[in-house]
Amino acid sequence: MDLIGQLDKENGKKQLPMVHVGDNVEVHYLIKEGDKERVQLFIGTVIALKGRGIRRNIIVRRIVQGEGVERIFPMHSPRVKDIVITRRGQIRRAKLYFLRDRVGKQTKVKELLGEKVRREREFDKAMRASTSNDEAGSTETAPGKPEKNVPVHA
Amino acid sequence: MTLILGRKRGMTQLFAEDGTVTGVTVVEVGPCTVTQIRTVETDGYDAVQLGFGDIKDKHAAKPQLGHFKKNGVAPKRFLREERLMKPATQKVGDTVLATVFNVGDLVDVTGTMKGRGYAGTIKRHGFSRGPETHGCMNVRQPGSLASKRIGKVIKGKRLGGHYGATRETSKNLIVMRVDQERNLLYLKGSVAGPNTGYIQVRTARTGVKKVGPAVTPGKGKKA
Repeated sequence: MDLIGQLDKENGKKQLPMVHVGDNVEVHYLIKEGDKERVQLFIGTVIALKGRGIRRNIIVRRIVQGEGVERIFPMHSPRVKDIVITRRGQIRRAKLYFLRDRVGKQTKVKELLGEKVRREREFDKAMRASTSNDEAGSTETAPGKPEKNVPVHA
Repeated sequence: MTLILGRKRGMTQLFAEDGTVTGVTVVEVGPCTVTQIRTVETDGYDAVQLGFGDIKDKHAAKPQLGHFKKNGVAPKRFLREERLMKPATQKVGDTVLATVFNVGDLVDVTGTMKGRGYAGTIKRHGFSRGPETHGCMNVRQPGSLASKRIGKVIKGKRLGGHYGATRETSKNLIVMRVDQERNLLYLKGSVAGPNTGYIQVRTARTGVKKVGPAVTPGKGKKA
């Protein structure tokens, strides 16, 4: 493998959630409020995946009070604590920019169902369970360690 | 002043804990071998000559091979000198590693810029372009070369010509991380040349030293 790819693997997050274009996601984003930090949820549809390696970004779109809002999240950013996939989308193109021109019911992406999705979901659940167990074990030995809810998928 | 030779390997990003991103160039430096010590007595000046990149005997030019043989070192692909103010403390055969630099050091990086061939004034000097429509014919032309009164083109007038493939130095780059095991330096910013280009990394001549980078200390690497 090329060196930069190798370094990106080492410097980035170990496991990223398997996000696809068209999925409905909850992005857990760490924000600063005064001198406190808290996790903010951004819930929307993934309309694009961009970049490779450590530069991987997702564009999430949602409608807030009738106004479209898009945010770009670097997937490897330490501020992005978790990305939870709530619903898979059935899509036919890689970029869903056409959703920008749509309003109301038309902005919905059809749900992707089937055996594959079910298996993926179960796998995700199992991985999350195993990591949370690991972390529960490690917090007992070393309390106060951060890095919870690190999303999973091989 | 410290010099080390190496190769550019590519660019990537580093995330700080607060989410800010720094663009970095990853360069592979060393291990370099001291191939010759120049002294005032023999050469008229004090300097250390470093070599980087092993090559087979058959790939070294005959004169260079003689030079390596005389000093008893293995042939190297890339040789450069570092001028010193006083006699060198190193010996021929000594090794120079990436650890000569620490996180936060400022360095100047010299490389050979990518060649661009014969380039016009827009690419070469950043001239602006004329309008493409409304019957204009001066889309990428350089414009007037002088006034009628001057009557000649002044020396140094910026025009098209060969661009690139020249020695360029990026000054005051911050060392963001040192990877001891793989002989890598992460430098903030860009470095001239292609991803396999040979480069020289030396202590910055100007600039304030020890500007702490706002980046998480390297994962297990030298902080």
